[in-house]
Amino acid sequence: MGKKRTIRTIPQQRAPMPEQPVEQRVKNFTEVACGFSVADTLKEAERCLLCPDEPCIAGCPVGINIPGFIQKLGQKDFRSAYDIITQTNLLPAICGRVCPQESQCEKVCTVGDTLEPVAIGRLERWVGDTAIAEGWVNVPDIEPSRFKIGIVGSGPAGMACAADMAKAGCDVTVYEAFHQAGGVLKYGIPDFRLPNTIVDAEIDNLRKLGVKFECNTLVGRLFTIEQMRGEMGFDAVFIGTGAGYPSMLGIPGDSLNGVLSANELLTRCNLMRAKEFPGYDTPLIMGHRVVVIGAGNTAMDAMRVSLRLGAEKVSCVYRRSRTECPARAEEVHHAEQEGIEFHWLTNPVEILDDGNGGVRGMRCVRMELGEPDDSGRRRPVAVTGSEHELETDLVVFAIGTNANPIIGQTSKLKLNKRGYIETDDNLATSMVGVFAGGDIVTGAATVIEAMGAGRKAACSMKAYLRIRDVNRGYADAGDSIGQFFGLALSEQNFARVRVA
Amino acid sequence: MVERASFEITGREDFSEVTYSLVVHHPLMAKAANPGQFVIVMSHEAGERIPLTIADFDRHEGTVTLVVQAVGKTTREMQQTCKVGTRLYALVGPMGLPSRIGHAKKVVCAGGGLGVAPVFPQARGFKESGAYVIGVLGFRSKNLIFWSDKFSACCDELIICTDDGSAGIKGFVSDGIKRAIERHTGIDEVVAIGPPMMMKACVETTRPHAIKTIVSLNPIMVDGTGMCGGCRVKLGNEVKFACVDGPDFDGHKVDFADLTTRLRRYTEQEKLALQRWSDTCRMKEPLVSGGRNVAATPPHPPATELLELPDPFEDVRGG
Ligand SMILES: Cc1cc2nc3c(=O)[nH]c(=O)nc-3n(C[C@H](O)[C@H](O)[C@H](O)COP(=O)(O)OP(=O)(O)OC[C@H]3O[C@@H](n4cnc5c(N)ncnc54)[C@H](O)[C@@H]3O)c2cc1C
Ligand SMILES: Cc1cc2nc3c(=O)[nH]c(=O)nc-3n(C[C@H](O)[C@H](O)[C@H](O)COP(=O)(O)OP(=O)(O)OC[C@H]3O[C@@H](n4cnc5c(N)ncnc54)[C@H](O)[C@@H]3O)c2cc1C
Ligand code: FES
Repeated sequence: MGKKRTIRTIPQQRAPMPEQPVEQRVKNFTEVACGFSVADTLKEAERCLLCPDEPCIAGCPVGINIPGFIQKLGQKDFRSAYDIITQTNLLPAICGRVCPQESQCEKVCTVGDTLEPVAIGRLERWVGDTAIAEGWVNVPDIEPSRFKIGIVGSGPAGMACAADMAKAGCDVTVYEAFHQAGGVLKYGIPDFRLPNTIVDAEIDNLRKLGVKFECNTLVGRLFTIEQMRGEMGFDAVFIGTGAGYPSMLGIPGDSLNGVLSANELLTRCNLMRAKEFPGYDTPLIMGHRVVVIGAGNTAMDAMRVSLRLGAEKVSCVYRRSRTECPARAEEVHHAEQEGIEFHWLTNPVEILDDGNGGVRGMRCVRMELGEPDDSGRRRPVAVTGSEHELETDLVVFAIGTNANPIIGQTSKLKLNKRGYIETDDNLATSMVGVFAGGDIVTGAATVIEAMGAGRKAACSMKAYLRIRDVNRGYADAGDSIGQFFGLALSEQNFARVRVA
Repeated sequence: MVERASFEITGREDFSEVTYSLVVHHPLMAKAANPGQFVIVMSHEAGERIPLTIADFDRHEGTVTLVVQAVGKTTREMQQTCKVGTRLYALVGPMGLPSRIGHAKKVVCAGGGLGVAPVFPQARGFKESGAYVIGVLGFRSKNLIFWSDKFSACCDELIICTDDGSAGIKGFVSDGIKRAIERHTGIDEVVAIGPPMMMKACVETTRPHAIKTIVSLNPIMVDGTGMCGGCRVKLGNEVKFACVDGPDFDGHKVDFADLTTRLRRYTEQEKLALQRWSDTCRMKEPLVSGGRNVAATPPHPPATELLELPDPFEDVRGG
């Protein structure tokens, strides 16, 4: 390497992300952001100062060695860059696309103090995509242990836990209720943001590790968690069933035809491929004027899908302002580019009937921001006399989700007041040998956090299996950090992992 | 562990031109199934996820039985493609809360149209728990009757109603319920399953007598796991998801007008799908199914006419 880099010597501008032109992309489901070229990647990698305090690592929920992999990119050692990322993140092609980097690693990037931060997410995505294209996969030479692990739910939390346990030599089976694996990545996030082929490629990598996927299996109803731990012989179980139970609006008119949840719209479109109706059998009625309530990632996806399905006008109604909008910055930016009309500080009060059980319009009030609430955001309050009507024939609500009730209905697992599974700091539930993580524990969060939870649970699972002792039950993994025969206790799971 | 499910169709019976049963291999499900629960089926990869009630299960053979009415594209297509030896692409369940077979002493189990088969496991469940079971079954006419032997075996009394009077009493399921109420005192519970209009009529029949009436609702579903909210139904002011909070609900609270409206959401698309599908079928050889010529030999009637015939709402109108 040459001279030491300084903020003055690095490229001042971020390498721009090649994108599909707006007019073209609103008519298709092909990815909007096309991905960096090798040249873009090398140039962007040069922008990293490799600063000694590495704030980005702390900013990443799973602590990827970011300067490490960027340095390898700079040296054109792409394979090593991939190996570094996959030490901590198993799904770089996915996380590079969907993580809210602007509030994580890129937020604390030193370069960002002066210039635009290093485009860490885009670099990560490039590494992930290259690995898929090149067929790289780190399949360790795994010595089987005698443990059998059951994973419920095939979203990012379940996938991450499955991968770690498979690497520890366990016999891992993932159960998924849908007919395809992937969780929200498959049924929720649309192809133009995260192509299904990418998700499938990552799932194939898990298969290569020996993970078995059993779709069409509704755990709780086909068999219970208790049965898994009992007669089915699973030594440990991980629950990552997500939080996909849509909250209802609770305003007059919310059960009219033409009012649906973003989950329903997205599932019909993405998983059931209603966008190809009648080639695929599942129908979806698109409106002319669509209003989406909410401004999270789910809402952005619902709006942009509506546009691509032929809606003439799509608007967003959100009770707070743009500053509080929880979606990824890039998604809001893309939505604005695509001509979505945003009604910030607006709240719906009633959905109006067209006389045939359909939607004619929506009555709204304007809001203003008052005192901060529990979440630290300023609480929106209605402005008196500000009622007005929006013309619409399709209302989509994306105002959050609750815990799915099925596991709670069918097991004795302890739930919290809001119906989520209660766990300790090590993600152990009230049932011995049963761990849980992801949205079903935290409520709706992010892909990377769900993945992090899956890995943390795997770590606790290993600790639990190491000291498998019926009388003592579960011992706290956190207390037992130490060395034993020169190995971390969490690695003492009767398996030796040798990276080939 | 139990043998892995193959989703293979091991048995099929055609009861009439529009009704057929499929016996599907799924040992774990046969073990887990309870009266009142349902499954979601995809017959092929590009198919729709459709809910069907578990009409019977055989824990010994490891099979579940579905009874299907051919009303639209998917159910008609299945009528042709689901032959013994073929496999369903996807089958998931058992879904929904099992019916509460309580300590009722005397119950009426009423089924009409596509609700005849689904009420069977409940009738059997009540019989096994020691109740006096009065079965009320509604068909349009005599030649459409099926499973009367199965019902006879688990009902203490069986009332058959036909719209045209060709068998049993002339009238609707609700007339049958009325008769049962006239003849018996102390009916603890009525279970009514069928098209929304039939269930509504049954609920109105029992309301003056304040007899607890359970109905099994059939809104349009997608996932069946509580994830989409498409199956929401109104009970008074409350909103419930039929797939996880039901499908059984207290009939006296159900807003049937809301259910009927929501069921009509995709009428246009359903017609289009059926039209398109029957157009492609016409080009192939005559369609034979279960030994019976279903899609009438030429001239093939247009799809819209076909749809009229077994419309789930028209069938056993008013119950
Ligand atoms: C439309 C949308 C867009 C999003 N966009 C982003 C984004 O851009 N960036 C980001 O970081 N996050 C995003 N998120 C949030 C993120 O996807 C979730 O936080 C994450 O997927 C949670 O992962 P999970 O593994 O906990 O659950 P999920 O991904 O929800 O997976 C749970 C799986 O379990 C299955 N399941 C449920 N119950 C059972 C059962 N009883 N038996 C068997 N299987 C069961 C479900 O079918 C599902 O497949 C988005 C979410 C949505 C809905
Ligand atoms: C819990 C439940 C149990 C059911 N049990 C049975 C049963 O045992 N036997 C039986 O024959 N039918 C049953 N049904 C109804 C069956 O699912 C529909 O008849 C079927 O989906 C029609 O599909 P199609 O493509 O053939 O017809 P389409 O032409 O698509 O529709 C015909 C009618 O069925 C309704 N329908 C369409 N799609 C769905 C869907 N995805 N979910 C629910 N309803 C839909 C529509 O309101 C429409 O009026 C049940 C429905 C539910 C919700
Ligand atoms: S079918 Fe989707 S929530 Fe019930």
